[in-house]
Amino acid sequence: MTTYMDHPDELGHFGDFGGRFVPEALMPACLELEEAFRDAWADPLFLDEYHHILKEFGGRPTPVTYCERLSSELGIELYLKREDLAHTGSHKINNVIGQALLTKRMGKKRIIAETGAGQHGVASATAAAKLGLECTVYMGELDTQRQALNVFRMELLGASVHPVTSGSRTLKDAVNEAMREWVSCVETTHYCLGSVMGPHPFPWMVREFQSILGREAAQQLVDRGVGTPDMVVACVGGGSNAAGLFSGFANSSARLIGVEAAGGSAIGIGSPGVLHGMRSMLIQSDVGQIEEAHSISAGLDYPGIGPEHAYLAASQRAEYFSAGDDEVLDALQRLSRSEGIIPALETAHALAWVFREVGGQIRRGDTVLVNLSGRGDKDVAQVLDILGARA
Amino acid sequence: MTSLDTTLAALRASGRKALVPYLVGGVSDDWLDHVRAAVHAGADVVEIGVPFSDPMMDGVVIQRAADVSLGRGTTPQSVLDDVATLDVEIPLVVMTYFNVFHHMGVTRAAGALHSAGVSGVILPDLPIEEQGEWRASCTDVDVATINMVAPSTPPARIEQIAKIAQGFLYASARMAVTGAASDEGHALDVVTRSRAVSDMPIYVGIGITTPEQAAAAARIADGAIVGSALVQRVLEGQGASGVEAFVGELRRAIDAG
Ligand SMILES: Cc1ncc(COP(=O)(O)O)c(C=O)c1O
Repeated sequence: MTTYMDHPDELGHFGDFGGRFVPEALMPACLELEEAFRDAWADPLFLDEYHHILKEFGGRPTPVTYCERLSSELGIELYLKREDLAHTGSHKINNVIGQALLTKRMGKKRIIAETGAGQHGVASATAAAKLGLECTVYMGELDTQRQALNVFRMELLGASVHPVTSGSRTLKDAVNEAMREWVSCVETTHYCLGSVMGPHPFPWMVREFQSILGREAAQQLVDRGVGTPDMVVACVGGGSNAAGLFSGFANSSARLIGVEAAGGSAIGIGSPGVLHGMRSMLIQSDVGQIEEAHSISAGLDYPGIGPEHAYLAASQRAEYFSAGDDEVLDALQRLSRSEGIIPALETAHALAWVFREVGGQIRRGDTVLVNLSGRGDKDVAQVLDILGARA
Repeated sequence: MTSLDTTLAALRASGRKALVPYLVGGVSDDWLDHVRAAVHAGADVVEIGVPFSDPMMDGVVIQRAADVSLGRGTTPQSVLDDVATLDVEIPLVVMTYFNVFHHMGVTRAAGALHSAGVSGVILPDLPIEEQGEWRASCTDVDVATINMVAPSTPPARIEQIAKIAQGFLYASARMAVTGAASDEGHALDVVTRSRAVSDMPIYVGIGITTPEQAAAAARIADGAIVGSALVQRVLEGQGASGVEAFVGELRRAIDAG
């Protein structure tokens, strides 16, 4: 039997995807990072510190919540892995604590990060403050407007936010700008990438840092006598919360479902290509120019997807679907009213798919675990604007 | 050995330092006249950028030129079709990002480059580990794959790169993306370390902005590559005569030694 979500090959390939497509200037930094991560991940002292900070500072383990009302309404058994309850309000903290610790281990004093919704930026600024690092966050100008409160949060945390005015002024351009900046400061600065994307070792390393949530969830379901769910579902931007969740179930019988934004569905409407240091599935024009993604959620506004997801899709171990803006807004309201949890717009994509597919992809009586990747506080102003305009 | 290797080795043997201006393909109706003007003013190789939506190694000037060009409907094939109509005596090399050719399919892309009369290709986001298939397809049709070395590249890796490099070694003078700079950065160090492991021509680029800097780069290496400073003039609307004047200045500065 094939095992899934183990190691990529020596050059960072997951099947045909992944690799390391970076300028020569960044090559030594990628190699250094890979070595530092391998070394740290096998070092009990590093692991202790990582787990200690995530527990004492990050609020882990997060619980699994049974959705009583929705389960009876939908005729399924619905569980949520509550990453919204982790510090800073999403799964992003798991990754940034790991990378910030690695930064110190490599003797670097500063991190830079890209952000879309601002969640990874806030998490990076938080980890930097906690561990005494400098932090600069690159954010598309359009996103700084959509998520103005998160910009202020990052600044409160002592980070500086650099609005990116090139291209579509969203997440993909923020990654470009962070990569350019990294070239000029690579000796002192670590690029704290926010998802399972980019050049090797990032897709693998970020998945490993996020695997804590999948491991916890699997154990929590066993502990409460539920066992292996029929299906685990997560939203997918770059794919880090999904990769973390899937890694806890990749070699079980559970169906793995990733839900992309309809306007950013790299698996659904993309084709193989090379961007941001990786070979993966990308939304691109018929002559290979990268297209802009469109989504109500800044965090899913990305025309690509992490290479391991491209591999899991190609090998049919995981399945990828999409959800549109309207059903996402409905799902956000439904979970809020029925269960008392306001999810992030990103997360609401996973919920929208579940609500839509009961009786379709999901059979009545199935046990479904959804990764509640983040809380919706950052999105309420935007949702108010949209719903207000409709009323 | 590709034809580009032979041509550039002969150029060096003649004692002439190479001047390599960079222009963005499709940036204006008369962009081919800019190439001709550069050749007329004494370029030894012209580097032609095929615009890509996400130019990770380019600073604001070349980004802007790429946006202008894409806004005019430029495609990789339209640049190559234009290039095919040029009848210049010097080698032309293309610089772009790997996705453009990956999307075409590497065999087809290599064929298209060859048909357009392109002698070499620079792909800054395609490191040696990922070059195998690309390099083989290009070598088959006599198109050179040109590699970069950076100030951060350790000696053992420079050696690995130099072993398979074709045409010339592109020595990046600084840890930066393309754009203006006020000095030659780490050029001397990179060139010295490259010379120690390779006898192929070494050209310095990234940040070379003035004729004085170009002359300094050519003194320590076998040639100088000038991009943003020239593209800036094109964006200002200086046209073919502006290109000819600036490339002429660069030429004279380099030849004065
Ligand atoms: C709450 C939340 N979920 C999901 C995502 C998407 O990222 P990923 O696919 O890496 O989990 C984001 C990104 O900003 C987010 O904030």
